[in-house]
This record gives sequence, C-alpha cells and structure tokens, in this order.
Amino acid sequence: MSTSATGSVATATGHGGSPPTVRRRRRNSAAASEERAAYVFLLPWFVGLLFTVIPFGVSLYLAFTDYNLLQSPQLVGLENFTRILEDPKATQAAGVTLRYTFIAVPLSMISALAVAILLNKGVRGLKFYRSVFYLPSLIGASVAIVMLWRSIFGYDGIVNKFLAVFGITGPGWVTDPDWALVTLVTLSIWGFGASMVIFLAGLRQIPVMYYEAASVDGAGWWRQFRAITVPLLSPVIFFNLVLGLIGSLQTFTQGFVFSGGTGGPAESTLFYNLYLYQQGFQRFDMGYASALAWVMFIVIAFFTALNFLVSKYWVFYDD
Amino acid sequence: MTDLTDKPAPGRTETLTRGLRSATARLRTQGYQEELTGTARTRFLRHCVLVGVGLVMLYPLLWMLSASFKPSTKVFSDASLLPSQVELGNYASGWTALEHPFELYLVNSLILAGLNIAGNLVSCSMAAYAFSRLRFRGRKTWFAAMLGTMLLPAHVVLIPQYVIFAKLGWVNTYLPLTVPAFLATNSFFIFLLVQFMRALPMELQDAAKIDGCGPYRTYWKVIMPLTVPAMATVAIFTFIASWNDFFGPLLYLTDSDLFTVPLALRQFMSAEGASDWGPMFAMSVVSLLPVVAFFFIGQRYLLNGIATTGMK
Repeated sequence: MSTSATGSVATATGHGGSPPTVRRRRRNSAAASEERAAYVFLLPWFVGLLFTVIPFGVSLYLAFTDYNLLQSPQLVGLENFTRILEDPKATQAAGVTLRYTFIAVPLSMISALAVAILLNKGVRGLKFYRSVFYLPSLIGASVAIVMLWRSIFGYDGIVNKFLAVFGITGPGWVTDPDWALVTLVTLSIWGFGASMVIFLAGLRQIPVMYYEAASVDGAGWWRQFRAITVPLLSPVIFFNLVLGLIGSLQTFTQGFVFSGGTGGPAESTLFYNLYLYQQGFQRFDMGYASALAWVMFIVIAFFTALNFLVSKYWVFYDD
Repeated sequence: MTDLTDKPAPGRTETLTRGLRSATARLRTQGYQEELTGTARTRFLRHCVLVGVGLVMLYPLLWMLSASFKPSTKVFSDASLLPSQVELGNYASGWTALEHPFELYLVNSLILAGLNIAGNLVSCSMAAYAFSRLRFRGRKTWFAAMLGTMLLPAHVVLIPQYVIFAKLGWVNTYLPLTVPAFLATNSFFIFLLVQFMRALPMELQDAAKIDGCGPYRTYWKVIMPLTVPAMATVAIFTFIASWNDFFGPLLYLTDSDLFTVPLALRQFMSAEGASDWGPMFAMSVVSLLPVVAFFFIGQRYLLNGIATTGMK
C-alpha cells in the first residue's frame, strides 16, 4: 500500500502540468494530508513510546553503575550482576517468584478452562454464573482482598475452622514459611475468571458441527476434548499462557500487602519485584535495582521467546 | 481503499494478535447459544458443580461483609454469616481511624480515576483511529511496535521513569500517575479500540470524505459517536485498574493527604497483622463497593456489550 502511494507521487512529480496528473496530484495531496493527520493522531502515542524506549535504554546503563538518585551514576562494570549471583536474598526472591508462577499459572488456567467448558455446554443462568466467576478477578489484586485473604487464612480463620470440621489441624498459613506462598497461590486461583471469560469466547468460535461429526464417529468426551477443543482453542490457550506468565512473574501487591512490605515470614513471600522495590526505593540502591530489573527482563523475554518458539508445535490455526 | 482491514504482518505479531482478538471477542453482541446439551441428570450435576464453585468463590466476600458488622472481638469467634446484631459502629470508627477522614482518600482515588479515564479515552482513541482508519507509511511497523510494548515488563523502565519524575519535581504529585494515561501508554486499550474501529464500514469514511470531511472531523463526527460502546469498556476497565492500583501511589505519593484508598487501607495492617479487624473490614467493603458497582452497571460492556470487534 505504501509502495503504490510513493509510486504515484513519483509519477505526479515526473509529469507535472497535464490535466490527469493534476487530478492525481490532488489525490496525492489528500493522501499526504491523511498521512499528516495520522501522525498528529499518533503524537501522544509517539511521546509515550519515547517515554518507554528511552528509560528502557537508560535502565540498562544504570545497571552498570552505582547510583542513589542524589549523586551522578558511577560506572562499576559488572559488579551489580556479580552481586546478584552472590546475594542470597535475590536468589530467594527469584525462587519465590518462579515457584509461585509455575504453580499458580497452570492451576488458574486449568480451573478457568474447566469452568469455561462446563459453562459452554449450555447452562441455564449462564450470565449469572459468568458474572459470579468473573467478579473476583477484578478485585483479586486489591489491597482489601489481600488483607481479607490474610485474615481468612489466619490461625483461627475460617479456612482452619473449615478444616477442623474434618478433624484436620490446619497449618499457620500466614505465619509458616512453608505455607504462606500457598496461601497466595489460592488467591491467584480465585481470580481465574478473567481467563475463563477469554476461554469461553474462544470456545464459542469452535463450530458445533465438529463435535456432532465426532460423536457420530463414536468419539467420547475425552477424545473430543483432545482432538477438537484443545487444537482449536490453542491460540487462546497460548495467549492466556503468555500474558499469564508475564503478569505472574511481576507479582508485587500480593506479597507486599500480605507481609506488610517485608516479604516475610522468613522471606517466603519475597517476590522478585518486592525485593527490587526494597533495593531501589527503600535503600535507593538504584544501580543494583536496575540490574535486578534487567535480569528479570531477560528471564521474562526468555520465557516469552520460548513460548513463541514452542507454539509452532502445538498452537494450531485453522485458516 | 479497503486495504486497512488487511491481516497484520505475519510472524510473531500475528501469533499475539490471534489471542488478543479472542480476548477482545468477548465483547461481541452475538449472544451465547442457550441450547442445552446432555440429559437432565448431567445438567443437574453441572449446576451442582457450578453452584459449589460459586459458593466457594463468594464465601470470602460474604464473610467479609458480615464481619464488617460484627464487633472486632467477635469477628473470628462468631462463625455465622448473619451477625447477631447489625452494628454500623465499625463503619463509623473505621471512617475516622486513620490520619484523615476516609472521604479524603475516596475523593483522591476518584480524582485519579477520572483523570486516567479522560486520558485513556482521548489518547488511545486517537492512536486507534490512526492505526485503523488512516493510511500512512510505516503503519504496520508502528502497530507491531505497539503490540511489542505490551510484552515489556513495566519494572524494567520503572527506575529511569522515577528518576525523570523526580528531576521534574513530580514526586508527591498526581502527575506521574496521570500524565502517562494521556500518552496512550496502554496498548491493550489501543488494540481493543482498533479492533472495534476496523469493524466499522469503510463506506462511512468515504461518504464523509465526499461531503468534505477531513480526517479530523471524520474522527470527531463519524468515528467517535460510533465507538461509544468500546469507549465505555475502556472507561470501566480504566476505572477498576486505577482504583485498585497500589504500586503507583505507593511509589510516588508520600504525603498522607494525597493518599488513595489502597494506600490508606493498608495502614490498617502492619507486618504483624491487624488488630482492629472490624473497622478494617468495614473500610475494605467501602473500598470495594465502587468496583463492584461499576462491574454490575457496566458488565454488558465488560462481557458482551459491544458489536463485533472483527473476529476473524
């Protein structure tokens, strides 16, 4: 499209004067004004893009410096990065975040898909169910809900009361380092509704006749799920997976509010971004925090690239 | 002329746009088929499972609502959902428990949400209009760049952005929390609006052009009025995101009279936990009410309100 536009500009300037080219030039000036208008409309976005791209580069520079916001940055070479490798808290924070992500993302996606499939079978009151399941995802990361979670999982909270009915003595979910992260995983699963709604929209795109043909051929429920639902839904699964991973690796509020900003108990909820915040904005060790940020960026880019690469083998596009 | 509805550039962007299209497709008017499958027995079992899941999900919220009416000492000892007597004392004491009365935090949060809604509506619709309805060189490249920023973790650019805001003297003002919205920094909203605008017939624009409408008037008089449903979606999502935002205000606001609701609420809980449960739950309920209200008022825009966003 753009090549044809430049092509006609060349013709117009080449034979200026004769009536057909006048008309053509007028059309070109309309195209030029459309192009100008496009840049005017995009102006805020361009400024916003600069405001992302420049800090992106600057943070790479800061990662190689010692910087505390007051004095100008001092280049220190790779020191920040070697410090990350030797910093047990950084390793702990990375471990917490990866463990949380690899448990919470698959579990919430499976819950979302299971409920979406149930709803997709046609249920009376579908809209009501959908609203009930969707609402928690809108408030799941809010301060009020994280504080609520801390209360209901407290030692004498309703979760342990419920377990006691079955004679189980529940752990100190909030105070026991082995269980604190599990508590936050349940909160993440509670918010499965957003992916569920997207799955539901994807399921609606699958023609019913595929299932009809499959049942005529005698394919059972599981076979239909494997051979029709999963492949045709795979672009949506892929999308939820990519954005779910990126979002989950950046978890902050849950860890901060749950532990009152410390990442406790015993650093068991010290999410990577929480540690980054402590280093950058409580200790104002901004060079080190930038290095932490870049390591996270590389890890996220790695997982995203891996996802895109592997997607060739399982994501299926039917057109 | 109609080549604006072409498929996006192949490769990575396409893999992403497929998913994004499904993510925005839930906004279609096309109603869900109400055809019921299975025998009466399986249908009944399905309802049992759904009701069970629904109860488990709603129980914490109902428990919090009930706890907000109970005296702090009885929050954990009294297990019933219906409080023995309804007391509004928690609401009264929670409202004034912090340094400032709670309405200050509510107003602050409302100001931020309002500015963010205005910013996103103006800047994202402008960008979406250019991407979907205007021809210019490099359109595909910029569009791909826009999608790419969606994958960029916000924390990578956080420190330099903070430094810039600090040097501008913007720390402890609302500027760092509102100006970015006016710069179309939310790619998801741009994508959502692009999908919606692409689906509007191109003839509208051609007719406007014949009537002498330039690109600016076409945006304002033709495209904007037709995009109202999608704008409602953007507005509601922006409200919820801004209202819940904790990290931004935590980073940039230090004066307690600028605090938003989430920052205020957090003061009810220290690292050791909370002591005054009743007032904390009461104010938590107050903080969630606007989101729940917006959800119920706007759910047709969030879930299935808008006309086709151009699926496939």
